[in-house]
Formats: sequence, C-alpha cells, structure tokens
Amino acid sequence: MAEAYIYDSVRTPRGKGKSDGSLHEVTSLHAAATTLKALRDRNGLDTSLVEDVILGCVAPVGEQGADVARTAAIYADYHDRAPGLHINRFCASGIEAVNLAANQIKAGDGELYVAGGVEMMSRVPMGSDGFALAVDPISAYKAYFAPQGVAADLIATKYGFSREDCDALAVESHKRAAQAWAEGRFAKSVIPVKDVNGVTILDRDETIRPGTTLEILGGLKPSFKEQGEVMPGFDAVLQLKYPEIERINHVHHAGNSSGVVDGAAAILVGSKEIGEKLGLKPRARIRSSVKVGSDPSIMLTGPVPATEKILARAGMSISDIDLFEVNEAFAAVVLRFLQAFQVDPAKVNVNGGAMAMGHPLGATGAMIIGTALDELERSGKGTALCTLCVASGMGAATIIERL
Amino acid sequence: MTEAFTTRIDGGDVAVLTFDLPGRSMNVLDEAGIKSLSAEVEAALANDAVKGIVITSGKPDMGGGVDLNMLAEIRLKAEAAGGNPAEALFGFVMALHGVYRRIETGGKPVAVATPGTALGGVFELLLAGHRRFAADNPKAKLGLPEVMVGVFPGAGGTTRLVRMLGLLGAAPLLLEGKLLDPKKAKANMVIDEIVPADELVRKAVDWARAATPADAVKPWDAKGFKFPGGAPYTPQGMPNFLGGAAMTHGKTAGVMPQVNAMLSAIYEGAMVPMDAALRIEARWFTHVLMDPRSSAMIRSLFINKQAIEKGANRPTGVPDMKTKKLGVLGAGMMGAGVAYVSANAGIEVVLIDRDQAAADKGKATIAGLLEESVSKKRMTKEAAEAVLARVTATPDYAALKGCDFVIEAVFEDPKIKAEATQKAEAHLAPDAIFATNTSTLPISGLAKASRDAKNFIGVHFFSPVHKMNLVEIIKGEKTGDAAVAKALDYVRQIRKTPIVVNDARFFYANRCIIPYLNEGIRMVAEGVEPALIDNAAKNAGMPVGPLQLTDETSLELGLKIATATKAAMGAAYPASPADDVLEELAGKRGRLGRKSKSGFYVYDEAGKRQGIWPELRQLWPPKADQPAAQEVTNRLLLIQALEAVRALEEGVLTDIREGDVGAIMGWGFAPWSGGPFSWLDLMGAKKAVALCDELTAKFGERFTAPKILRDLAAKGESFYGRFAPQEKAAA
Repeated sequence: MAEAYIYDSVRTPRGKGKSDGSLHEVTSLHAAATTLKALRDRNGLDTSLVEDVILGCVAPVGEQGADVARTAAIYADYHDRAPGLHINRFCASGIEAVNLAANQIKAGDGELYVAGGVEMMSRVPMGSDGFALAVDPISAYKAYFAPQGVAADLIATKYGFSREDCDALAVESHKRAAQAWAEGRFAKSVIPVKDVNGVTILDRDETIRPGTTLEILGGLKPSFKEQGEVMPGFDAVLQLKYPEIERINHVHHAGNSSGVVDGAAAILVGSKEIGEKLGLKPRARIRSSVKVGSDPSIMLTGPVPATEKILARAGMSISDIDLFEVNEAFAAVVLRFLQAFQVDPAKVNVNGGAMAMGHPLGATGAMIIGTALDELERSGKGTALCTLCVASGMGAATIIERL
Repeated sequence: MTEAFTTRIDGGDVAVLTFDLPGRSMNVLDEAGIKSLSAEVEAALANDAVKGIVITSGKPDMGGGVDLNMLAEIRLKAEAAGGNPAEALFGFVMALHGVYRRIETGGKPVAVATPGTALGGVFELLLAGHRRFAADNPKAKLGLPEVMVGVFPGAGGTTRLVRMLGLLGAAPLLLEGKLLDPKKAKANMVIDEIVPADELVRKAVDWARAATPADAVKPWDAKGFKFPGGAPYTPQGMPNFLGGAAMTHGKTAGVMPQVNAMLSAIYEGAMVPMDAALRIEARWFTHVLMDPRSSAMIRSLFINKQAIEKGANRPTGVPDMKTKKLGVLGAGMMGAGVAYVSANAGIEVVLIDRDQAAADKGKATIAGLLEESVSKKRMTKEAAEAVLARVTATPDYAALKGCDFVIEAVFEDPKIKAEATQKAEAHLAPDAIFATNTSTLPISGLAKASRDAKNFIGVHFFSPVHKMNLVEIIKGEKTGDAAVAKALDYVRQIRKTPIVVNDARFFYANRCIIPYLNEGIRMVAEGVEPALIDNAAKNAGMPVGPLQLTDETSLELGLKIATATKAAMGAAYPASPADDVLEELAGKRGRLGRKSKSGFYVYDEAGKRQGIWPELRQLWPPKADQPAAQEVTNRLLLIQALEAVRALEEGVLTDIREGDVGAIMGWGFAPWSGGPFSWLDLMGAKKAVALCDELTAKFGERFTAPKILRDLAAKGESFYGRFAPQEKAAA
C-alpha cells in the first residue's frame, strides 16, 4: 500500500468568536481561502493536480453551506479541475479531512489533496444547522442527550476531577500557549489574515491570557449548572443512564472549556511520488488513523477508545508516542485521557490548546496535526498522536511520524 | 333509536346541533355518535339557508370524551377478523379527524358552546370549532386528561392545541393533563367567551349569524401561518423543543409510552401542514393504543379505577349508606386530615380529642389547609368558611350523638384505641358504624373492644390525607356487609379510591411497601452505591426511591415494625441485614429520617434534602463491582409484586384490579405498568418465574415464585386472563 505524507501545514490565527473579535468581519470563504492560497503559494503548487479539496465544517449553513470546500477553492482561484468536498464529524471534521485524504492516497485514489477545515463561529453560530439528535424526542431519548458542557461535568464527576484540577489545567494551557507564541513556535504555520488591500487584520491568536491564575478562574461561575439542575434539567437525563451518580458536580466554565473562535486550517497531503515529481520535501508520514463511536450521553470520552484502537492498529504502545495533542474541548476530557493512559502531562498539549487558543470546530483537527508537526520538528522528536472528542459520542485519532 | 346529535334551525339561518346521548347522564362519543355528528354537520353545510353552525349539549355538561372501550373493540375486532389492528385503528382515527376537519374547514363559521364539563375527545370537538363559548359554570372542567390514563389526545387536540398556544403554552394541558375551569380556560386562550348559562346558546347563535367568512378560517389554514413560539428548527423554537424533550425525559424517566408518543406527534407535526400533522398524530395515537403498557394503564387508571370507585366490590343489596354526620376521634395529623376531607365533601364532622385545646388544634390544622386553598384561589373565602363551620371541635364524647359513622384515629396503641371505641359507642345508635384508622394493628383484635364486631371495620388512610387518594378498607373476621358498604359509600363521598382487603399483618399496601424499603436498605448493607439504589427505583418509574421513602416514613418506624414483627413471628422471622442498618442509624445514631433532619440523607435547617449522608459510604463501603441498574430495579419491583401475589394467594386481596389500582394510587407503584399484577402480565408469567428463580439463587428465599405464579407460567396464563372474569374488555 502507498504511504501518505504531509508536505505542508498552515492555519489562520484564531480570532475571538464574538462580534468584537478581529475576524468577525472576515467571511468564511476569505478565511478558508487564506489557508488554501498559502499552501499553493508556499509550495508553488499547480492546483490542477489537486485531486480534491476536503474541508471540515460543523455548521454548514449560510456562507459555510452548500459545499464550502468547493466554494473556497473557487474563491482562492484554484484550478477548475480541483473539486471540493465538505465533511462533518463535528469537532473531528478537520482531522477526518486529513485522514480521508491520507487513506485515499494509500488506496491509490489520487496523489495530492488539500485537507483542512473552517469555522467562523462568530458569523455562523454553533447549532445553526439544527441538531435533530437533541430536538427529535426519539433520538434525544435514545442518546440520553445532554449538551456537551453538562456531559463534560459528568466526566469530571464520574472520574473524580475537581474544579481545581480543571482550573489548573486551564492555567497551564494559557501559560504554554503564551510561551509558544513568545518563542515563535507557531511562526512556521500561522498565516496572517489580511484585507483586500493586503493590510493585516489579525496575525496572532486572540484569546490567550498569559496572566490568568487559579484565583482568577476560581471566581468564574459554572456555565452548565443552571441547565443541568434546573431548566430544563439535563442532569436528570444523564442520571437515567448513570444512576450511580448521586449529583453532577458542575466544574466547567468559560475558563476551563474551549474558547469559541474563528479560524481555518489546511494541510497538503500527498503520495511519495507526487512529492518527488513536484520537488516537495515530505515533513511527516501519516501512520494510522481511526474513528470510534462511544456513548452519546457522556459523549466526550471518545479519545480513550480512539487511542486504544489506533495504538492497536499501528501495533504500538502508549510509550511509543513522544507527543500528544488531545483537544482541550473541556478540561475533564484531557484529564480523563491523562488518567486513562497515565502519560506524563509534559508530553500532552505542550504548546497549549483550545482552552487558551480556542476551538474553531471544523478546523481544529487539522490545526492540532499542524501544531504536533511543528513541535516534532522543533523538539526533534519522532511520533505524535492527535485525538479529539466528538459530539454525539464519537472520537477520532491520527498518528504522524516526523521524517 | 334517537340519534346522539339533533339539529334545529334557529331563525332560519343558524343550525344548532345538540349533543344528547340517549340514556346516559354524561355524553360520550362512541361510533354511532361520531356518525350522527358527521351526518348533522354535513346536512348543515349542505343547507344553503344555514349561514352558521352552533354545537352544544342537551345535558348539564358537554361530554366526558371518547369511549375508550370502543377503541379497544376496534382493535379486538380487527384481530379476530385476522386483519391488521393498527390499520383498523388508524383508519378509525383518521375518519374522526375527517369529521372534525369538516367542521373546521367546511366554510361555515362554527361555534361550540359548552354548558359545563368538556373533556378529552369532546374538548377536542371544541378545539375544532372556530369560536368557543363556555357557560359561567365554575364547576365545569375543561381539558385533556388523557395522559393521566395512559393515552394522549388523539382527536386532533394535540395538534390543534400546540398550534394555538405553542409548545410551552400547551405543555401543561397536554403533558400534565391539567384541567381548567372556564375562567382559567379563557385566561389560557382555549375558551373565547364566558357567558351566563341561560344565554349560552343565544350568544353562540348571535356570533355564528354575524360571523364573516374570515372567522371560519383557522390561523393554520390561512396563508403565512407561523407556529407559535417557533417551529423546532427556528432560533426561537429549538431551545423549547430541545428542552421540552429533555425535561420530559428527566421527569418521567422515559417510561411513559403515551408521553413519548405525544412528544413525537408534536415535534413531527410542527414541521408540516395541518392535514399531514393530523395524520402523524393519528399514527402515534395508534402506536400508543397498540402498546400493552398503555392498555395496562387504561385498564387500571381509567376503567378499573372508575369501576372500583363506583362500587364494583360493594356488597349487593345494601341500600345507600352515605354518611350524614361523622365523628372523628383524635385531632392529630391523621384525624384532622380525615375531618378536613370529610367537611370538604359536605359532611358534618364532630372532631374529638382529650381536651378542648387538643381538639381546637385539630380544627386549626383544617383552617390552615383551607386558608392555603383560598390563597391559591382554589376556593372562595365563603366556601372555606362554610367548610370550617361544618366541623365541631370538642372533648365531649356526648357530641357524637347522631353520628352515623365514626372514624377513630387515636394513637396506634390497642389499649388507647379500645378505650376510645367504648367511650364513643356509648353515645352512638346501635346501627352506627365504627371504623378504626390503623396501618399496622389487626382489625379483628381491635374489634374485640366494640359492642358489635359486625359494625366494626378498619380504614387505612395514607398521609397526608388530603393529598393521598387511596383508602384501604379492612374487613375484620366479623365485619358485616353494612359496615363495608358504609365505608365504601363514605370513601366515595370524599372522592377517594377505596380497596377492600381482609385482615392480615400490614393489610395490603404496607405489606408491599415494607419489603420495598427493606430491599433498598439491604442493598446498602451489601455495598450497593446508595445513589444507585434510589435512582434505579426512580428510573423504573417509582416516584420515590426506597432510601428516601424510608427517610420520609422514618427509620424509627422501620425499626419499630421490624422489632414488632420479630416479636410476633419469633423463630420464623427471617433475619435481615436491613434491620442492622436501621439499628445502626436509628437505634445507635439517632438518625430517624426527615423528622430528625437526618437519615440516609442529610437535610439542611429548613428540612430540605441535601444529599446522601457521606458517612453512609464509610459504614457500608460501596463495593468496586456494582450491580447493573437493571438488577437493582428488578429486585425493587419484584419484591413488591411478589408480595402482592402472596396477598392474593392468602386471600388478603380478593380482586387483582384492587391490587393494581391500590398499588398505583397508594404508593405510586410504577404507574406505566398498570400495577404489580399488570407488570407481571407484561413480563409474562414464564419470564417472571425465571426472574424469581434467578434472584432467589442470588439473593435468597424472599424471591421464591409463589405457587400461583408458577401455575400461570406452566399453563401459559396471565393474572388478568385468569382472575378478572367480570372485567370488561380492556381498552
């Protein structure tokens, strides 16, 4: 079977996902095209050779609707022969775009793909595309549906993570992200978003708070207590599925959950042969990929079975992995990962994560692959495992090896 | 035969259709009635002279709903004919939709005018009209109680009401089955006008005559209709639908098939035009009618509950024995409660306690309950004063003179009870009936203090009396028919549900409840996580878990009962780890339950339950390997159901209908199941025996399958198949 390589990886900076965020004025197409153009221009790419442009997007309506990948490719002046495919596996959409590209290459279906994602959350809010799982009473009952924040609180309760545990992880995320920026660790990948005249709109991640402390976070009110305990009372639904839980401890708040942001990312994936033909140097090999389904009620425990599955598939053990990117959707998700595999926290999210820099849903999966790749190169380490929890009870993972 | 609906033409241009089912005091829509309605509607629509239509009732009320037996018969008929019963039911419901839809879209303005109560399918007829008039009759009840008896409004009521009020506005009426008087109905926008009773038809006719063509078009049949409060996938509507599903799921544990079906009918119907929405409603309604859990609920909560309340087990040949003047001995919580519900039902009450102060305290309790009703606008001040005036509080037993019924509610001590009995009987006529309210003491023993055991009977009220609807009537060995009839007629007067049982330890209800509590407490000792015990019970549809219920009834009482039972049974008493838990908590640590603000749970100063007492998990550490929730549930339900079967086997219970209705009304046994016997029937005797065998092997002899159950399993029979011969076809 053929191998799939990463030739390049770029992302926009992440802008605060509100109307006063720097990227709020930027269209989804402009953000996505910023990354598509960068890949093309940095690599002198003949886009007529691109087999497909695959972009993840979680709220594919309005300007992000109707196959945002094809639209962004046209917007970015890609060749007509480069088609576009939009995919959605919620928070894993960006990683799935890369995995889908890699696996098609491995199967001989094409040589060169652009894979990534876009999510302008300030412009197309979460939930804009409807969410029948929670709204149709039949699926809501079958899933024992509760929103992600309440489910994350259940994870913390079930696995014994306190508010302080979660806050400490968040403080560390901000600290690491600030240090990474200070040392220019993202410089290779972050493409400033510029206006129509070439004037920079945003060139740095916008939500990092280097000065945050346990005391500051300790003052924040839990975000999901009201909807869990009172109206409409999601805790009671979760307790139907988890009757051994006496009371859900609502530990998550805006500070220890991933930030709502705007952003886009793209990765150039290709076969060995196309790289040689185009004179591109491969940076990493995509060794393995998986997706899993898990209990939709507690919902966000997917990274554990996804990691177990991908290690088994790759014939590796947890100690073979040098570096981990575990998406910081909520603090408890990462704490559960650390608890399950007993890995050294110093190896996990070494340059911070979504609690500090935000989680542009459809793009994040591609972003953390890029972050892992940059860090492997910086630190000279060999192998990284990237994984994300996914809405409706799913998970996905990818292992890359630096070349 | 006279038709259910007849038409007269008023002033030459308004057709007045009058619903007056021959031979019935209350209108009910049956198959013939629906045909009659359809014929009269078509005639009025076809009559060019008729400008408008009024539908009203020839009786004091509009009607009680659709005949549920009829729906069951349609199913049974289709099954017998080898047809598809779901198809037959769907066809029938769609035909009814057709008639109501003709009223709604026939092009002529239709006013519906109800003189009094309109419920269920008849209330849905109101909703089909263009303008709704109600007489100013404060006793009238309007609404859709279907959900309470195992179904949901399936004659368009679900679809129309959410289109009128939105999901949030309609939820209390649809999901809780809330009934409204005309004033509240108008405030809730389900009635348009309240008019004096003697002008009801006149006003409706006037409206129909003056109405414009636009008045004959419902909002949802006009262009540009928007679902009030937002359809499911609008920014406004999505949180409501999402939240509504979650709230209902959490509150009902998802075990009520009729609630789930109604939610789907609302959700799916909200996204399509009216006619498609009615088809969807009909499909879900059919689905519920085909669900055996729904049939079990209809059987227990509607058909059998009514039959029992109407005196299905009243001794025949005994004339009406309504209580005129009631004596209540003991003005404590129980006595005052009994006096309150009796005075409320219009009965003169003499409330007696040892001194004037104690008696007055009881009357003050009644006054407090009445004040609460007045402040919540459930009662006028005048009515409350009239109720209170019916109660005479006194320490003087001579005041009992002229009482035809006495309920003794003094302390649970045979000596004190005997004394009260004799003191009272000295002032009573020889044929007066004397009842003792007790939850534990054998009636035949107490009867020995009476001058005439034939006129002595047990009644077991549940606390708090004004909220709990079951009354257990206990026959002593010598209790006569007159005493049983007296007690039944009295319970009917106070509008509660009676069951009649024979005299044995704990009678029926407590006999089943106590093992439920003990099974839960036993699990604590076994190292089952306490939260799992109470949550597994609630997940199975029990209103309160066994540990919480023990806190409510008090651990001290539990300990007392265990001690007394041990004393009574001697060596035959099966030692239980539950007793050790009670001894440790109530005996040694003074954790008596809610009344001491400490029990299995922790309570705050105000008595609000906070959470499980943390040290409980140190005294009995939860084991690492916790049982599956289903096993916990099975133990907690089966232990109750087996006790019910044993009560039947031993002749304590003589009618399984009473066993089922009593269990739901008395202690909330998983209402979705229709009661313990229905629950076993739903499972099937064979499976039930297998479950008994499994739990016996694992947990002990108390789960041994009773002989009756084994016999049913061996013969492939069911409880209702064998023990309910006189029962009408279940809906």
